[in-house]
Amino acid sequence: MGMMYAAAPQKNWDPWGYFMNNTDTVLDWLVSHIWLSIVPVVLGMIVALPLGYVARRFTWSYGPLITISSLLYTIPSIVLFVLAPQILGTKVLSPINVVVPLTLYTIALMVRVIADGLASVPEDVLQSATAMGYGRFQRLLKVELPIAVPVISAGLRVAVVSNVGMVTIATAIGLLQLGQLFTIGFQKPAFGMSPILLGIILCVILALILDGFIVLVTRLLTPWKRAVQPA
Amino acid sequence: MIDAIIAYLQLDKTWSGNRSIPVRLLEHLEYSAIALGVALLIAIPLGLVIGHTNRGAGVTIAVANALRALPAFGMLFFFVVLISSQIKVRGDLPYLLPTLIVLLVLAIPSILANTVAGIQNVSPAARDAAVGMGMTGSQVLFKVELPCALPLIISGVRSASLQVIATATIAAAVPLGGLGRLIYDGLGQGLANLAGVGQMATGAILVALLAIGVDLMLAGLAKLVVSRGITGRYKHKAFKGSSSNVPRKAEVVPS
Repeated sequence: MGMMYAAAPQKNWDPWGYFMNNTDTVLDWLVSHIWLSIVPVVLGMIVALPLGYVARRFTWSYGPLITISSLLYTIPSIVLFVLAPQILGTKVLSPINVVVPLTLYTIALMVRVIADGLASVPEDVLQSATAMGYGRFQRLLKVELPIAVPVISAGLRVAVVSNVGMVTIATAIGLLQLGQLFTIGFQKPAFGMSPILLGIILCVILALILDGFIVLVTRLLTPWKRAVQPA
Repeated sequence: MIDAIIAYLQLDKTWSGNRSIPVRLLEHLEYSAIALGVALLIAIPLGLVIGHTNRGAGVTIAVANALRALPAFGMLFFFVVLISSQIKVRGDLPYLLPTLIVLLVLAIPSILANTVAGIQNVSPAARDAAVGMGMTGSQVLFKVELPCALPLIISGVRSASLQVIATATIAAAVPLGGLGRLIYDGLGQGLANLAGVGQMATGAILVALLAIGVDLMLAGLAKLVVSRGITGRYKHKAFKGSSSNVPRKAEVVPS
């Protein structure tokens, strides 16, 4: 912990200089930030897909599932981070304490998005698929999900981008990631703006890269979208 | 968890003095109301103009989405370091201003994006009919487009208020008051302290209750101000099912 204040004070508005003087530490934080941003979204998607399907298939479950989701969103993430060790029985500095709450937020967002995405598939398409001999599961996998991709991907972009920002709040429970840079800048006036700016810049770049990745995958998964558009 | 909350609720300082729940609740409401009020004053006129003229709509929505990528904590500390060294006044202002800026940056995008989308979603037939009746540009905007867009605008305000109320907890990191104070102070006493854990849990529950309460209020307001011609809530059966403008809720993101 002591090493994070080790470098000499630099100019106040010099995020690049701060990065050069603390490269190893900052890269460590960046790597854990990347993991903490991606893992919950992947886990959340794995849980949200079947739940979203249930919300679509059994319409009576849509209301309760959406209500629970929006209730979950009103709980500040710091509270979930802090209470996680007590509820999960994990160690105080375990990354699981951040991964589980962020996964819950992703599930809460994506269940509705997936249900709405599946609902956006036109009825005649479903009937055509059934008429062609698709079973329920085959139809879901090969017809409904591909058509729902644009809606699901729009929600996933929101989930990923907001996740990158929420990870920084894990600083409050002592888990190191880019949010540490904000605390250093706030507590050490000698460093001032440099670490804070560096943290914001790295977070935004990370969010843009992850967002761009989803946009790219969406383009690859929906070739028909370009086929009908004029060149 | 329950016994921790009970332990905290039995303390004297919970109910009286300048660190009590009522004081923190009022502070939280104050930050949230100022931020939301200013956000409404900026985002709705701007959204109406952009939606009506259809200029810069694409850019506006792209910028609104990009703003999501900014970490609230980073912005807060950025503006605190930037502003508090410039303002030499006593009191909370050097910390209050940065907090309000962060809340504004959170609130404006969803209100703005929904206002623009709401105006753009107005059926061209309704707009053409209004023009055909001889309405001027501003009459079309205020008598046709705005009423038609209201459900979407209010849903944007609802998601903004959820986000602002949940995020106003970070004011306590600066350190200001608000319900976040309960969370941070409780956390500061360590997880071994029963009343401390209770204080934190109470803070979290109150934030959630406040957010839900305001959301329900705004939902009630929507029922009052949105024209029945749009919601299709008629007593007479003949008019039912004429609703064409289905409100689409903007994405809400926890703090």
